[in-house]
Amino acid sequence: MPVNEEFQPTIVAFCCNWCSYAGADLSGTNRMQYPANVKIIRIPCSCRLNPTFILRAFQRGADGVILCGCHPGDCHYTSGNYFARRRMTLLFSMLDYLGIERERTRVEWVSAAEGAKFAATMNDFVATVTKLGKNKRLEDLRCSKA
Amino acid sequence: MQRIGVFVCWCGSNIAATVDVEQVSRALGKEPGVVFSTNYQYMCSQAGQDLIANTIRDYALTGVVICSCSPRMHEATFRKTCSRAGLNPYMVEIANIREQCSWIHKEKATATEKAIILGRAAIAKVQLNAPLVAGTSPVKKRALVIGGGIAGIQTALDIAEAGFDVDIVEKKPTIGGKMTQIDKTFPTLDCAACILTPKMVDAAQNEKIHIYAYSEIEKISGFVGNFRVTIRKKARYVDEAKCTGCGLCTEKCPQKKVPNEFNLGLDTRRAIYIPFAQAVPKLATIDANYCTMLKTGKCGVCSKVCTAGAIDYKQKDTFVEEEYGAIVAATGFEPIKLDKYDEFAYSQSPDVVTSLEFERLMNAAGPTGGVLLRPSDKTHPKTIVFVQCVGSRCADGRGKSYCSKICCMYTAKHAMLCREKYPDTDVYVFYIDVRTPGKNFDEFYRRAVEEYGVHYVKGMVGKVVPQDGKLKVQASDLLGGRQLHIDADMVVLAAAIEPDKSARPLATMLTASMDTNDFFTEAHPKLRPVESPTAGIFLSGTCQGPKDIPETVAQASAAAAKVIGLLAKDSLTCNPCTAQPDEQMCNGCSSCEKVCPYGAITYADKEFRGPNRTTLVRRVAQVNPAVCQGCGACTVACPSGAMDLKGFSNAQILAEVDAICR
Repeated sequence: MPVNEEFQPTIVAFCCNWCSYAGADLSGTNRMQYPANVKIIRIPCSCRLNPTFILRAFQRGADGVILCGCHPGDCHYTSGNYFARRRMTLLFSMLDYLGIERERTRVEWVSAAEGAKFAATMNDFVATVTKLGKNKRLEDLRCSKA
Repeated sequence: MQRIGVFVCWCGSNIAATVDVEQVSRALGKEPGVVFSTNYQYMCSQAGQDLIANTIRDYALTGVVICSCSPRMHEATFRKTCSRAGLNPYMVEIANIREQCSWIHKEKATATEKAIILGRAAIAKVQLNAPLVAGTSPVKKRALVIGGGIAGIQTALDIAEAGFDVDIVEKKPTIGGKMTQIDKTFPTLDCAACILTPKMVDAAQNEKIHIYAYSEIEKISGFVGNFRVTIRKKARYVDEAKCTGCGLCTEKCPQKKVPNEFNLGLDTRRAIYIPFAQAVPKLATIDANYCTMLKTGKCGVCSKVCTAGAIDYKQKDTFVEEEYGAIVAATGFEPIKLDKYDEFAYSQSPDVVTSLEFERLMNAAGPTGGVLLRPSDKTHPKTIVFVQCVGSRCADGRGKSYCSKICCMYTAKHAMLCREKYPDTDVYVFYIDVRTPGKNFDEFYRRAVEEYGVHYVKGMVGKVVPQDGKLKVQASDLLGGRQLHIDADMVVLAAAIEPDKSARPLATMLTASMDTNDFFTEAHPKLRPVESPTAGIFLSGTCQGPKDIPETVAQASAAAAKVIGLLAKDSLTCNPCTAQPDEQMCNGCSSCEKVCPYGAITYADKEFRGPNRTTLVRRVAQVNPAVCQGCGACTVACPSGAMDLKGFSNAQILAEVDAICR
């Protein structure tokens, strides 16, 4: 492996099935580019995301985690993204307390029609996390690649 | 341990051009649990599906991972394939390596690496999949159409034709919508009222159709096949059962100065009114904002003249609750407000009108009796300037970015009608482009130019200044390369159209998605154009996007066909991915019940084995799988981690996280 290779962050994106996952599909259909670092996990609704899933991702070596859901008021399940928003607020507060860079975690609302927004968000998020560098504080070395 | 088969699709060159499918299938073949791994050109083809089905039988697979397009595209296809081969359909997971990999990356090495990781995550998930059995729920065989314009009427008539009951809810006192205000229709120039009013009457007389006019949707709950809707019947202050629609009250009402919305405020009506002669239902309505009796308690003329005794000043809004299997949104459009376009002097001169106002000025039932007169001095205009794209295709953020689609054609129609009725008028049309795709549309436009001598000028009007009873129009002629100064008598603005204001709150109630312009989003832009992504919600007419009348009617009938297909079923398969509590872990705290948007969670007292052969009775959560929609809000709210979601369990999602971060 070349020594001076640019740092490539691992990014986990949780996308709700109804808006953001469809938005991600749309950015693909429109051939909009965003870095391959982003790997999407489909969840039924942003409220399905247990904040501990994010901690688990950081523990296992993810450098950034982003949650995408329907715009407030547009949730397929009426109120799911409101729950997600509150839970993420609490998680941010906890991450602040732990001294983890807030920029590593992000919440974005992307509708099924916003392919361009999805690609732009991912480009921006990957650039931000790349600048922050490797997630060293929360990665559990016992879990890292043996 | 599962016995997993991995199938990597090339999708022709869509995937194979950027992802090394051979390398992906080889790499995934080494994952734990994978007993078979291959790649094939088109997995969704018959041959591809046969390959999957045969492999399931030959290798006794218990799980299948398909690396292909988005699960939103073919998950259902592959589930059916597995079901045919005897495997539970919920043992299939899709790795999306097309929309979310090959189509967004250019470099083959990175795309291949990402495809392998996505495949790995799907394998990790399928390891924890469990066979799920979908339950069924009954279908209420009644449809609701929201909006009583031509779209809603056509949808309702078609559904009724198939033998199902259908209700139309219309917020205005009459059905008919925007088409009632239109004079002639392009490209045949037949009169709108002549083709619309028979349909309105058909709808009213059809015993399968019930019309709730002057009513609005108050509340919607439930899900496909079982919607529960509360309809607010607004007070007309007139007893519907008694009113004969004779119209005597509307002649005697002393409050004469109410702007007539049917004629877009170009004339006035009374406080008690029937919108127009062919209104359906033909009932008088009291406008509470203007009625002297309702405001001050002193008048009562209408109640004195009404021989049927139908006037009821004490009437209150009433509520009706109904159950429906399917709901059709047909909320339509309205022209945009022109307050941001003051350069056209719309607010300064009554002789600058919108196209819909012009439509009323040309209409025999309009304020001028069909004689084209300037609103300011009631004289015949000699020079008329039409301005197209006012607020459409707008780049500066004042209007709409989209093309309103109908303006080119109706402007050609207006120009043609002016020249036909008044051959001595000069008619100018200023345009960016003339867009006339459609059957006999371009021929129609060419007739306006060639036979009727309408002056089409490519270029936009920069300014309209009212001066000495004239409208000084400054415009650029792009093809002639010069500035034009025209002294016009009337200016007609083709205002952009936008979705009706009621669409946004309705979409929220329906949990149906909308685009950034507030048009309803379709389930698939090409293949499912009349369905909302939300099951059981269908789209009819301009609420989905700008459309002319022929297209609206076509879409209305298409939506009806989809509704009929749904109502023809006796029961629907439920989503088996529902929440499931672990009763041993549940402590009955009610956290999950509070966040459930569907009220699917109840509690039951159950017996459990306690220490020393005792029996304990504990309160534990119960989920009704027919009502649960599987959002997962409860799984996170549960403090003891007792609630989990089938198909998207904690363990499954964490397995995906681990596989991606590995």
